Amino acid sequence: MDCCGGTTEHEDDCGEVKVKDSIDAKTVEAAKALESENYSAGFSTTIDTDFAPKGLSEDTIRYISAAKNEPEWLLEWRLKAYERWLTMEEPSWAMVRYPKIDYQAYYYYAAPKAGAKYASIDDVPKEILETYEKLGIPLREAEVLLGVEGAVETAAEGREKPRVAVDAVFDSVSVATTFRKELEKAGVIFMSISEAVHEYPDLVKKYLGTVVPQSDNFFATLNSAVFSDGTFVYIPKGVRCPMELSTYFRMNAENTGQFERTLIIADESAYVSYLEGCTAPMRDENQLHAAVVELVALEDAEIKYSTVQNWWPGDEDGKGGIFNFVTKRGDCRGDRSKISWTQVETGSAVTWKYPSCILRGDDSVGEFYSIAVTNGRQQADTGTKMIHLGKRTKSRIISKGISAGKSDNTYRGLVSVNRKAVNARNFTQCDSLLIGDKCGAHTIPYVENRCASAQLEHEATTTKLSEDQLFYARQRGIAEEDAVALLVNGFVRDVLQHLPMEFAVEAQSLLKVSLEGSVG
Amino acid sequence: MRPMLKITDLSATVGEDSEAKTILNGLSLDVPAGEVHAIMGPNGAGKSTLSYVLTGRSGYEVTGGGATLNGEDILGMDPEDRAAKGMFLSFQYPVEIPGVPVMTFVRTAMNAQRKARGEAEISAPDFIKKSREVAGMLNLDAEMLKRPVNVGFSGGEKKRLEIYQMMMLEPKFLILDETDSGLDIDALKTVADGVNAMRDPSRGMLVITHYQRLLDYIKPDKVHVLAKGRIIKTGEADLALRLEKEGYDGVLGEAA
Repeated sequence: MDCCGGTTEHEDDCGEVKVKDSIDAKTVEAAKALESENYSAGFSTTIDTDFAPKGLSEDTIRYISAAKNEPEWLLEWRLKAYERWLTMEEPSWAMVRYPKIDYQAYYYYAAPKAGAKYASIDDVPKEILETYEKLGIPLREAEVLLGVEGAVETAAEGREKPRVAVDAVFDSVSVATTFRKELEKAGVIFMSISEAVHEYPDLVKKYLGTVVPQSDNFFATLNSAVFSDGTFVYIPKGVRCPMELSTYFRMNAENTGQFERTLIIADESAYVSYLEGCTAPMRDENQLHAAVVELVALEDAEIKYSTVQNWWPGDEDGKGGIFNFVTKRGDCRGDRSKISWTQVETGSAVTWKYPSCILRGDDSVGEFYSIAVTNGRQQADTGTKMIHLGKRTKSRIISKGISAGKSDNTYRGLVSVNRKAVNARNFTQCDSLLIGDKCGAHTIPYVENRCASAQLEHEATTTKLSEDQLFYARQRGIAEEDAVALLVNGFVRDVLQHLPMEFAVEAQSLLKVSLEGSVG
Repeated sequence: MRPMLKITDLSATVGEDSEAKTILNGLSLDVPAGEVHAIMGPNGAGKSTLSYVLTGRSGYEVTGGGATLNGEDILGMDPEDRAAKGMFLSFQYPVEIPGVPVMTFVRTAMNAQRKARGEAEISAPDFIKKSREVAGMLNLDAEMLKRPVNVGFSGGEKKRLEIYQMMMLEPKFLILDETDSGLDIDALKTVADGVNAMRDPSRGMLVITHYQRLLDYIKPDKVHVLAKGRIIKTGEADLALRLEKEGYDGVLGEAA
């Protein structure tokens, strides 16, 4: 095992900042370990890897489809997307600048050689297990269970530590999915999308591409042609998923694009909370990430989707880092359904991402809670779209942008109210925090209202992290970087509260790490 | 006996290089442990600058002299290290910190100081117990301590919150910068009670004030008059009364 970056442990020397007091000690430790370096996930794993031929062509797509032993209909679906993509132009309207991407310079498929999916956790190559261990992601259920027993002492409020089932995606393939048996008992389908294509072809066929159509946008179309792996979740009627589901994406191989595709369906009256985490090694080249996530909520169903994104942001001069071009959309297809996006974006060199909700069902609800941090030379253009189609649909947008260093942070949001969406309501709040005087914050809200009874509210603030606040905290004994973290945590508090507990802790330490060296 | 706080010939400027302005100009002052010293002076005399220089606010440059706390040079330390050594400043204008509840803020500060001193962190139940006691003494509503630091607080509430923090953190050396400004008479008494409760043979205090009123409630051992960046007169508690009666001009004229 060859590691660059490494994870040297040292005592962390700050008082931690707490949003919630009942935090599992182990999680805190894991989160603290994240602080041991600026970017502790920046190591790479040496493992024999199968690549598709470099570059993008019909052959690449046939290779991917064959490697995954896909049915004919899916290969055709991919090829159709590819044809379409060839006619499309890369969008340039976002407030981000990056060198022209050479789509022929990437590998579109990379898989650990020893085989894609492993029958049991014991078959997963030990390099991969070690990678996840280093990242603090438990793949062995026994370990996860141990964590539950160890959590007793922390249950200050008598809260049980929630169990989390994990689907781990390493480069282009899913390597392990935990707790499958238990989930099956509840009727929940939780597996990689490649497996679902074989095991539940009807469900996949019925929903794939129905929320984000193949032709939606340049990156979504590219994804449709070459998507590698991702997660498939189906919660049957009336089932409340017994645990949090999560996918952990790890981009390891060099010059590789990761094109995952996630599809989550909550049938009538079902509920699921899904978490997504991402890291990648530090590499000088720009790695490409163009994911598509589709959510479908039927009548009375609820989906809560949380992301903590910590892709490698590139170095101080803007070299390397992930290009993150993601299309995420939820369809509140049934009446009274609800979809809630919560995101903490701290990584990537360039982020282009607008998790959105189509509020089709009457009385459906869409929510978007976002924290986007940019430092160094990072650029983020992110926000949401709330498309009100049904009657009395409601949406709520809380966006907190934090810019430091020489970065640019843009909120771009659309609230659209259809003629038929009577009594639709939206509340939008966009707050920006500037740290230092070389960064930028931009707020671009679009509103399209075709219905007289709609009530739309928008609030926006921009503040600068003040010298006065920093000195006040330091005079009380809080070291400078901890003071910045404390102030920033205060700024994002309303959003952190919407994250599942464990993610909230991780998010806090990520915020601190991402802003290190941003003052003074 | 060596004084707890010893300031020797201290000079300091504020502002950038070419526009730097001398505010402290050879100031010397000793405060022994167990004593309360008042510093009075007209506007612009350098009172607040003195408190900021002692606590390490950026924007001020020490151009001469020094200051020690219990024999240790403090002027080279970061503000947080001075705090861990026991320096506390009750701000003239307390700062708002949105989203950070008072209890979280104070507990973070307390544990940071303890850690810097190599002490164990305070447990949550112990912290809450102590907070309740202190809040009781200062007539602070428990709900207020759950709200973000100083956000939406009245002037009087902000000053009481400064004293709450002081009593929670139990500093060794206290600087009160115009703590009486913006207080009505009842709040002034409450604040003074808090400060007096902190009087201790092992603790020193510097009370900076423009008016004599606060000194009716916090009896100083010594009164110093600060003008043009230095101490120009030192006396007993009655000096404050004279200043009140004769004004700074009268007393300064006599000193000059």
